[in-house]
Amino acid sequence: MESHILQYQFMQHAILAGLYGGVTCSIIGVFVVTMHLSFIGVCIAHAAFAGALLGILLGFNPLIGALLFSLTSAGIIGPMADRGELNPDTSIGIIFSLMLGLAFLFLGLMPGSRTEALNLFWGSILTVSRQDLIFLGIVAVIVIGLVAIFYKEIQAVICHRQVALAVGIPATLIFYGLLFATGLTVTASLRSIGGLLIYSLILNPAAAAYQLTYSLKRMLLIASAFGIISCWVGLAASYFLDIPSGASIVITACIIFGLATAFSPKRKVRRWQQARLSD
Amino acid sequence: MDNVVISIKDAVVSYREDVALQGVSLEVRRGEFIGIIGPNGAGKTTLLTVINGLGKLVHGQARVLGLPVNGRNGIKLRRRIGYVAQVENIDPRLPINVRETVMVGSYGRLGLFRRPTRPQWENVDRVLDMVGITHLARRPIGHLSGGEYQRAAIARALVQQPEIFLLDEPTASIDPQAQREILSLIQLIHKEYHMTTLFVTHDLRQLPSVCQHLILMKEGRIWQQGDPKAMLKREILSQLYGAPVSVPTEIAGS
Repeated sequence: MESHILQYQFMQHAILAGLYGGVTCSIIGVFVVTMHLSFIGVCIAHAAFAGALLGILLGFNPLIGALLFSLTSAGIIGPMADRGELNPDTSIGIIFSLMLGLAFLFLGLMPGSRTEALNLFWGSILTVSRQDLIFLGIVAVIVIGLVAIFYKEIQAVICHRQVALAVGIPATLIFYGLLFATGLTVTASLRSIGGLLIYSLILNPAAAAYQLTYSLKRMLLIASAFGIISCWVGLAASYFLDIPSGASIVITACIIFGLATAFSPKRKVRRWQQARLSD
Repeated sequence: MDNVVISIKDAVVSYREDVALQGVSLEVRRGEFIGIIGPNGAGKTTLLTVINGLGKLVHGQARVLGLPVNGRNGIKLRRRIGYVAQVENIDPRLPINVRETVMVGSYGRLGLFRRPTRPQWENVDRVLDMVGITHLARRPIGHLSGGEYQRAAIARALVQQPEIFLLDEPTASIDPQAQREILSLIQLIHKEYHMTTLFVTHDLRQLPSVCQHLILMKEGRIWQQGDPKAMLKREILSQLYGAPVSVPTEIAGS
């Protein structure tokens, strides 16, 4: 990369946004992937998008709308999935379709130019404002701090939730906390990565790391590194090839996942699984 | 009376339209080994969840380790109660090894904001040695066989230093050799620690010989209870299971 481009403030902001967003999304992704909650994450991402569109429609800060919607959806999905009144897939699917419906309704009701709304679809890491960057940085510190403080509880809940409950860990509180952290992360990354693409950045680096290690600490570190690499390589591609930044970040993340899967030492686990099933 | 660690009076538990427990009353004294048998759907597992506070009573009362079982005491109680369920099918890629899984048992008592110390890790290693899986300590938990997994689950419960030990079909879905080994281990633990133990099974052959009192459950009720020798009669068991049942010639694990 030519060194002089780093002198531009927008590029400095973009690099920092890639660092904060890459780390935060990947850490959240580790929880989502380990708990097999991919669909819940997609649903929260779409809720944030719908909330942001409502903010634009009614003239208040889209990030406040995104935060309200994503946290509310997390607050609804958690108990719905836990109580088992409906199949979790069904209940999450209903919330997901509602959020998608609301997003298109708000988009349809929007008068005049929809540029700001469409930017939230795809995101633009090259136009991240100082205010967005501060919000992203605060969310990154919160997420990393919570993981450091509650690491042992989080490890117990994401790997053995029923056991965590049975040994007296406040497992439900930790689980809902992870859902709220997902909502917060999605909201903070909305402008840089975009509502439709954010979930790929949550899923791909963590899913790639999941292929490479059996240690949760290493998985968090590897996923964070993959998240940052995805953002920075995508950013460079966006700048030099003049392509949408959100798309280039997500494609980079997908390529990393493909490589990790191809070279995964865990491919042999199928043998273990078969042995366990026949046990 | 002071010796009573579990006291349940007229407990009713319902899952929507289904009544899982219908007026169950029970007293268990410290150090007793209680067997609970009955067909599937008899309410055996639900009874255990009432004791550890995970099952919600719609009627009746439960008092465990001197505390009334309610939403406020649930977490406090579960920290003092070891629970081993039947083998679950877990993801072989799960990023946690056997040693870490066993340590999870101590996290409830340890509380929030505190990390496990070196002596606690040494205790985990001692317990792994006791249940005979030291050589598997660094193996991913998803790579264990059913019998090995149950040893790890028992180790996790022991690390918790429980006052009550709840075993819910711990030998289901594992091979006969592993079943014998797990039962021997459970008996050894009871002889060593004298923990109040409730052992649930639907398979009569899996009843440990240390069992001092047998509860027969059917359709959410305690149908009969008493000395295992008095209860393990062909007529009683055939009525319990609704089909002819042969009485095991010797209680498993002896």
